[in-house]
Amino acid sequence: MSAELGQISLILALVLAALLSVLPMIGAQRNNEALMKLAPSLAIGQFVFLAGAFAALAWAFLQHDFTVTYVAMHSNLLLPWYYRLTAVWGSHEGSLLLWMLLLGGWMLAVAAFSRSVPRIFTARVLSVMGMVSVGFLLFILFTSNPFERILPGPIDGRDLNPLLQDVGMIFHPPLLYMGYVGFAVAFAFAIAGLIGGRVERDWVRWSRPWTLAAWAFLTFGIALGSWWAYYELGWGGWWFWDPVENASFIPWLIGTALIHSQAVTEKRGAFPAWTVLLSIAAFSMSLLGTFLVRSGVLTSVHAFANDPERGLFILAFMAVVTGGALTLYALRAPRIMTGEGFDWISRESALLLNNVFFTVSAAMVLLGTLYPLIIDFMGWGQISVGPPYFGAMFILLMTPVVLLLPLGPFTRWKRDGFMRILQPLAVTAAISIVAALLVCAWLGTWSLRAVSGWIGGFWLIGGALAYAVRTARASRSGLARHQWGMTLAHAGVGVFLIGAAMVEAHTFERDIRIAPGETVEAAGYRFTLHEVAQVKGPNWRADEARFSIHKGEREIARMNPQKRLYHRGGQTMTQVALKPGVFRDLYIAMGEELGASGAWSVRLHIKPFVRWIWGGAVLIGLGGLIAASDRRYRQQRRQRADASLASGAEAPA
Amino acid sequence: MKTRVQGSGFRFQGWLRVALAPLLALWLAAGAVASAIEPYEFESELQRQRFKALAEELRCTVCQNQSLADSDAPLAQDLRDEVFRMLQGNRSDQEIRNFMVERYGNYVLYRPPVAAHTLLLWGGPIVLLIIGLVAAVIVIRKRRSAL
Amino acid sequence: MIRMLIPLGVFLALLALLIAGLQTSENRKLVQSPLIGKPMPDFSLPGLYDPESTTSRADLLGEPFILNVWGSWCWACRVEHPFVERLGNEAPIALVGFNWKDEREDALAWIDQFGDAWDRHLVDFEGKVAIDLGVYGAPETFLVDHEGVIRHKHIGPIDANVFQDLMRRAMELKAEAES
Repeated sequence: MSAELGQISLILALVLAALLSVLPMIGAQRNNEALMKLAPSLAIGQFVFLAGAFAALAWAFLQHDFTVTYVAMHSNLLLPWYYRLTAVWGSHEGSLLLWMLLLGGWMLAVAAFSRSVPRIFTARVLSVMGMVSVGFLLFILFTSNPFERILPGPIDGRDLNPLLQDVGMIFHPPLLYMGYVGFAVAFAFAIAGLIGGRVERDWVRWSRPWTLAAWAFLTFGIALGSWWAYYELGWGGWWFWDPVENASFIPWLIGTALIHSQAVTEKRGAFPAWTVLLSIAAFSMSLLGTFLVRSGVLTSVHAFANDPERGLFILAFMAVVTGGALTLYALRAPRIMTGEGFDWISRESALLLNNVFFTVSAAMVLLGTLYPLIIDFMGWGQISVGPPYFGAMFILLMTPVVLLLPLGPFTRWKRDGFMRILQPLAVTAAISIVAALLVCAWLGTWSLRAVSGWIGGFWLIGGALAYAVRTARASRSGLARHQWGMTLAHAGVGVFLIGAAMVEAHTFERDIRIAPGETVEAAGYRFTLHEVAQVKGPNWRADEARFSIHKGEREIARMNPQKRLYHRGGQTMTQVALKPGVFRDLYIAMGEELGASGAWSVRLHIKPFVRWIWGGAVLIGLGGLIAASDRRYRQQRRQRADASLASGAEAPA
Repeated sequence: MKTRVQGSGFRFQGWLRVALAPLLALWLAAGAVASAIEPYEFESELQRQRFKALAEELRCTVCQNQSLADSDAPLAQDLRDEVFRMLQGNRSDQEIRNFMVERYGNYVLYRPPVAAHTLLLWGGPIVLLIIGLVAAVIVIRKRRSAL
Repeated sequence: MIRMLIPLGVFLALLALLIAGLQTSENRKLVQSPLIGKPMPDFSLPGLYDPESTTSRADLLGEPFILNVWGSWCWACRVEHPFVERLGNEAPIALVGFNWKDEREDALAWIDQFGDAWDRHLVDFEGKVAIDLGVYGAPETFLVDHEGVIRHKHIGPIDANVFQDLMRRAMELKAEAES
């Protein structure tokens, strides 16, 4: 029964979404209070039915209802209950349902937390989001219905992909989708703003916390995906520039540009059209990402069941959403005011530069991802664009960002002097270079990548701290939330940079042959294999290698990597053993048994500072959330003090 | 089924997918789940690093999107062996890359060569950056006059 | 106004590319061989029934032939086998089986079960000749002309359409060889 209830729930959600996309919009055009007032109720109703549909699918999984095709394909009797629950979003259909649930959740939040926003505006925002809802619900119902039945159902289901039977996979999709879908809010604000033609500063201020929150979730989602790939795929890599990763990274880069351009538009009224354009682009890139991952248009290590029909649907949807939005932009944008003027050296210019680099980076990733398509389209054969391209280009484009970033927060709005900005940072720069060299001497590393990573990292962290200290000193009330957020995020970039540079420069990796009783020395560690035992899990059995690791005389870890065989699907999988540490990870992955000798091929990694990569990303995301929670975004009226507060430590001129 | 069956079977799973598309949802490279681990005996640290760099820049043709270094497919193993043999035979990196391209086309290079057909790829971002910076200068000049 | 239309223009171009890309996505999954039109590389491989005997490129020259890459571990080879048998019976040129990375016993057992469709067998246990041929999966089917030039390659199992296509091409090669 639950599948049918879910189906009905989904249809009812669609009906409400359809009403939501029409009625409040008409209400807003005709200034009809009653129709506008419907928006929050419809959003709530939609969410309730989406939650109902989601619960119905979860119930089908928990109850082993294998007559539901989706359940039969992605679950079985041996699968533990928690993975049955997360199997709900383990594949295409269910993950779309999760996507919709989260979109419904964002709409609920907009309805609940927009008291300070005029009703007419909220009505338009929710209505635009309702349109997005309609598209996705139609997509689910017509091409990707998770509630379809097979009768009679099989006695047992297949299996959830073993790679997904993992804690990282429980949280990765929800966080990632929170980000993707969250950009729908910024999008809806921009569209509502274009329709209403209201003073831009207001709606940009209202949309800032939403954009920041969505961007923060996307940051967490990407970081979690990277962490998951690191320990679950068994290659020890943390970023592969695979199309599916790029699909999430492009919206992130655009989102990063957006949160910065929103700051200018809100504070100074400058670049309003550009901010609108980025709001549209961020969500459009989320849609494009969905298309790339789910249509099979590109070859990725991670692809959903490929179905060109689904791809076509998403493209049609994109054509309506993005095409419609950009048409509206072309019609309305000329009317947007242009704000106040600024000089060469000013916060406005600095943020403009930030936007140039981030949008060009996004364009670069998009170009590289789609280039095989372009080549094919032109009939020039086949090529692959991989990590060597993206890595080189990204470093090229981001180096100026790293160098200039600490200057940004120190720069005053409107007009500033170069020396005035540089002066307080000269000490920071000197300290960070000296400190970096000391650290490198201590670590005994003089590779270009490591040294520049440390200098850049310290420069970013030092710059962020210098800003925080100066601002705190100058203001009686200390740092405001958005300033805290910025400091944390910028320092996080530094932490990330150090981690990435160290891992790329100094990862130790060795494939060895080892038999029980043998010891292998590698990079100052002694790895002893004691035995290879047979172990059993709920739905798998495995060969488990029992290692102890010594440094000097001291045993520092016992590690048990496994090679698992999953019963149902028959897939084998490497379960790596990790000994995480602040300064290095030890990482062991099992290969094959080599002949009948009892020896195994084993890969050892020692990854210096690898945790800093995700630590930095978490700081960046936290910074976003803290900034989003700043109360000033929810104040009814712009306060004059805002502009001076945000210009950093400077007292109003 | 022996382990080496898995990887080569991977391509036909691609064929299966055409017929049984809905069954193979979220198909994370199945052949790759067990990663590629072989203890080669290198002559020197330099050779080890060259091997690693080559294996990471060459694409496994059977796989969805993996380098030779990451793939467990039997063909990837054969190709790694081939790369290793060529390294021991004192062949240069470029010769090894050419060997692969002659057999499998430019598709195997994760670092596309700079050529007429990749001009847009390599030059595009630079051109865009220049356009972006010029646009920024124009915008700032315009806004300055509004001061 | 024109300036404001630029984003829409860029988007429409992107959309067009994606729509075109979607149409050809199945083709792009196959790695096109750079060896088409090039001479088949030299090789010397043992036979299947008689491991002592060897066949080299020179032994095959003079007549066009079909080279069919298969293995007992290859599931899709079973799928295409009825058509491979038809090729063996109906095609005007020789059908050479290329047993790739297989165990001899497994291959012989497989033939026992499904039938021997090929006129002649080559065994590449190591997979080195397969690399020279640019083989990257099984099944794959090559057409080689009488001068030893690779003229066509089909990747994936043979179905009714592919069978017709291969037959047509085989006849052309035959005609070419005779003229």
